[in-house]
Amino acid sequence: MQFAVSILLSGISVGGQYALIAIGYTMVYGILRLINFAHGDVFMVAGLLGIYLTATMPLYISLPLVLIGTVILGFAIERLAYKPLRTAPRMSVMISAIGVSYLLQNLATYITGGQPMTYPNIAILTKTVTIAGTPTKMAVLVTPILVIILVVALTQLINHTKIGMGMRAVSKDFETAQLMGIKINNVISATFIVGSALAAIGSMLYFSCYTAVTPTIGALPGLKAFVAAVFGGIGSIPGAVIGAFIIGICESIIKGLPSAWDVTVFSDAFTFALLIIVLVFKPTGLFGEKATDKV
Amino acid sequence: MLKQKKDNRSSYIILACAIGALLLVLLLENLNLILPSVPAVLLPTSQLFTVLKKAAVYSLVAVSMNLLNGFTGLFSLGQAGFMLLGAYTYAILMVPAAAKDQVYYLYGGAALNNSLQDILNGVFGSTGVGGTVSLILSVLIAMILGGLVAALFAWLIGLPVLRLKSDYLAIATLGFAEILRAIFQWQKLGPITNGANMIKSFPTYSDFNIRAGGKVVCYLSTFVPFLVAIICIIIMVLLVNSTYGRAFKAIRDDEVAAEAMGINLAKHKMLSFVTSSFFAGVGGVLFAMYVANAQAKVYTTTMTYEILLIVVIGGIGSISGSIIATFAYVACSEWWLRFLDAETYIGSFKVPLLRNGFRMVVFSIIIMIVVLFFRKGLLGDKELPEAIRRWKASAKVRKERKAQKAQKEAATK
Amino acid sequence: MKKFLALILALVMSLSLVACGGGDAAEGGDTSTGDKVIKLGVFEPTTGDSAAGGKKEVLGMQYANFETPTIDLNGETYKIELVLADNGSSTDKAPTAASELVSKGVSMVLGTYGSGCAMAGGPVFGDAGLAAMGVTCTNPNVTAGNDYYFRICFLDNFQADVLASFALDKFQAKTAYCLGENGNEYDQGLIAFFKQVFEKAGGKVITDSFPTNNSDFTSYLNKAKSEGADVIFTPVSIAYATQIMTQAASLGITAPFLGSDTLDDNMVLEAVKGTDVKLYVSTFYQEGGAPDFDKGVKQYLADNSDAMAANGGNDTISAVTAMGYDAYYVALEAIKAAGSGDAAAIKAALPGVSYTGVSGAIAFDEIGDAVRDTAFIKTANTADGVWALETQQTGSAS
Repeated sequence: MQFAVSILLSGISVGGQYALIAIGYTMVYGILRLINFAHGDVFMVAGLLGIYLTATMPLYISLPLVLIGTVILGFAIERLAYKPLRTAPRMSVMISAIGVSYLLQNLATYITGGQPMTYPNIAILTKTVTIAGTPTKMAVLVTPILVIILVVALTQLINHTKIGMGMRAVSKDFETAQLMGIKINNVISATFIVGSALAAIGSMLYFSCYTAVTPTIGALPGLKAFVAAVFGGIGSIPGAVIGAFIIGICESIIKGLPSAWDVTVFSDAFTFALLIIVLVFKPTGLFGEKATDKV
Repeated sequence: MLKQKKDNRSSYIILACAIGALLLVLLLENLNLILPSVPAVLLPTSQLFTVLKKAAVYSLVAVSMNLLNGFTGLFSLGQAGFMLLGAYTYAILMVPAAAKDQVYYLYGGAALNNSLQDILNGVFGSTGVGGTVSLILSVLIAMILGGLVAALFAWLIGLPVLRLKSDYLAIATLGFAEILRAIFQWQKLGPITNGANMIKSFPTYSDFNIRAGGKVVCYLSTFVPFLVAIICIIIMVLLVNSTYGRAFKAIRDDEVAAEAMGINLAKHKMLSFVTSSFFAGVGGVLFAMYVANAQAKVYTTTMTYEILLIVVIGGIGSISGSIIATFAYVACSEWWLRFLDAETYIGSFKVPLLRNGFRMVVFSIIIMIVVLFFRKGLLGDKELPEAIRRWKASAKVRKERKAQKAQKEAATK
Repeated sequence: MKKFLALILALVMSLSLVACGGGDAAEGGDTSTGDKVIKLGVFEPTTGDSAAGGKKEVLGMQYANFETPTIDLNGETYKIELVLADNGSSTDKAPTAASELVSKGVSMVLGTYGSGCAMAGGPVFGDAGLAAMGVTCTNPNVTAGNDYYFRICFLDNFQADVLASFALDKFQAKTAYCLGENGNEYDQGLIAFFKQVFEKAGGKVITDSFPTNNSDFTSYLNKAKSEGADVIFTPVSIAYATQIMTQAASLGITAPFLGSDTLDDNMVLEAVKGTDVKLYVSTFYQEGGAPDFDKGVKQYLADNSDAMAANGGNDTISAVTAMGYDAYYVALEAIKAAGSGDAAAIKAALPGVSYTGVSGAIAFDEIGDAVRDTAFIKTANTADGVWALETQQTGSAS
């Protein structure tokens, strides 16, 4: 029983953190039709910022600064690396995303000297609490609650504000939206800002649980978050969140399977297999809208 | 008729050039045996040859990726996975029986207790000419099998995923490569794949050096990867220039139009995917011979990205571009720019920024510049002679314009 | 057909390019032979997964070089120069890094931290007729079956034996839970040997592997707990070890952790500081074993901020630093025995060298491995954040 609870808890916590990254993926993909490979690395940079800023200033200053820094990074990446390629084929933008990811990872290696860095202790998040006899970190509890609050807020933003309307319009039809007088560059920037801010919050929760930050740490959560976004139906925010929780919990269960079966190593492979299956049999995911191919 | 004649003539020239390039490598490699003293760079242990070997291997993989991404417009990120298949097939088949216990020491020997070379040694003998024949034949067979295994897996995964659109295809193939890696590292398959341990002790390039009385009399260790890579690339060039190649390009340019013209999309996409994977598999075999081991750990997405970036730098859709980019990339990253990683003092002045990891930062910045500002890469989708001709032509036009302008100015004065 | 021509032209061009570039490097390489300088190659990872360990190992060599920068041979003084090549912790970068050292005309090679890179770079040294001396690469396959690789540390099977015996003696352990990274030969090798010894003694072993780049270990640790493991054996690399320790602390795992030489690192120590985790590691050296050396290294770190950063920002001495230090002196002994900086002479002289360093006596057996029969087992004092010597354990396998 205790074991089952612990598996579920770690699944929910991991899932929640994937969810925060996945929202950024799904929003960007919904609007630009771009797999933003650099998103996972933005998440990693947020972790590094947290380490370097907290080393010099108190938490209540450094954490907002991390948020601001990450948002600026996300905004700058969009302006510098994606905007010039707005008219280029989709493949070029994707290659640019891979290039940015490569650059951020190498830059991080250069700055940290290739050593794993340890994330600072955020006392509220790292406090140990006991649930049903299972000790765990506060962050594990905070994550799902925070995710739900953020999703509600985000849905309000998208459904009831002007910029949200812009986002919906641009994701429906890029060119028509432009013709209707929507400033698409502003809308796209706003999307990246929201996505990066969520990645920054995700990084605080994630690295409070898993404290080592290495230059490649963002790659895998990034890919998994993308799988979550596809699973939930790309473009759908609640879909991405539910997909992320399902993937997180499944992974946790696989890791918890009896050792004698020796299948725990396939927890990542499972995620990718799930991706291929979803793409082949239900490309619109759980909640995705049916996309019509335009010629 | 005239066109045909011209084609014929140029193919002769090309063949001559291919042989010329191979001879050049052969000469470079053996110069130290012919001349009494050569500069250090031409000694057989020089970095030059390591870089050449690696570049030959990577150029094959880059061209195979270009065949898919550049000529057929299928954006696949599974290249490292197919290399892994080739490398492991070769390694598993080629570890000699005598070395099996040592290599598979964790598993008390291998499931397969014979190697191709051992079997052929039984036919041709293991020394002298017979030994050479069995070495060459077994490596060749294992290499082709490596390619075939990669092609088979490509076919299997291609059935479901090739229907996907560009970026979904990319992420699905990337996921497939990751799954393959996890399977090959699985301890339960240890007696075959050696689990986490590397498979080593199989024949590598230096086994091709001709020895007499313990001394090397003719170096062939750089020549061999060049030979294989050139042959494979030539086959791909032939494919690209055939009717199939034209169909590939039609699919790349406009899928719907291509289908309307009667091109069987599924068939041609599959053909391109399987061929590309076959050569990626052969590239994996060459890579395993280059690093003298096979270990699943290195065939990561990072490797795929590296190859993709090479293709982008060279120009998507240009074979010669990919080759030039590979040689430039490998030489820079593994040799010429290595100084960027070392802290350097000029006198007592410490050169700023130079420290570990700086080389890769410089690289990624260069790549971003190419991606953003030279979107077509070195050669775009043109091949080298055409690119040169165009460049010359445009230079001529510029010159003429300048002359005209000067004339005009003179006239108005 | 034009593409054909293009292709060949490209090849020829790139070739000539490469050849041109070669000229400069050659001039640099030539100076190595004269001028009374002997170059020692340092083949270590300073980026990638093993960077933290590699840097600390290099640190030991640099300190030794700082302490003894010259060597007297036949009445002449030679300067010893360390030439560093980064193999990036990756087996595909290792051959080029190795050949860089060969091109720069080094007389002998020290390193590397990870066994995988040693095996990938080894053949390059073998072809060049250089001797390479592994410092802390513990996989049996590094030296077996070749005559160019030597090493001064103990082997995986010895280390696993030591730890298994320790678990049986000290904790009367019946059940051991082993956790390693999938696809990492170091982790899996140690676990396999540990399992052999532990099961032979009648114990029960549960093994698990996690995928590369994994960060959530709570499921594994909870499984260990629910299976009733008496000890948890985690021979993983430093980054994973810190994760496992912090997560174990928050889960309140009471079973003691056993670690291999990689866990003997101040970052791991930092992770368990102030927690209730019980951690025991087997290692090559314990601080306090050679007070002069400790004092010297700490002074060197204090004077040199780069070195301090490479050591993870504090002055706890890692065993790999001591091993790097010893490796340098063994190399000097080999050069002395050879009487020159000639690579072939050094290679011939190396097997006969014996030396007593800070980590103990070093001599080579016929395979090229160091003859070692003791390992230190130390435990983390979590209250003060320092290592304390637990015991010296002698193993049967060597």
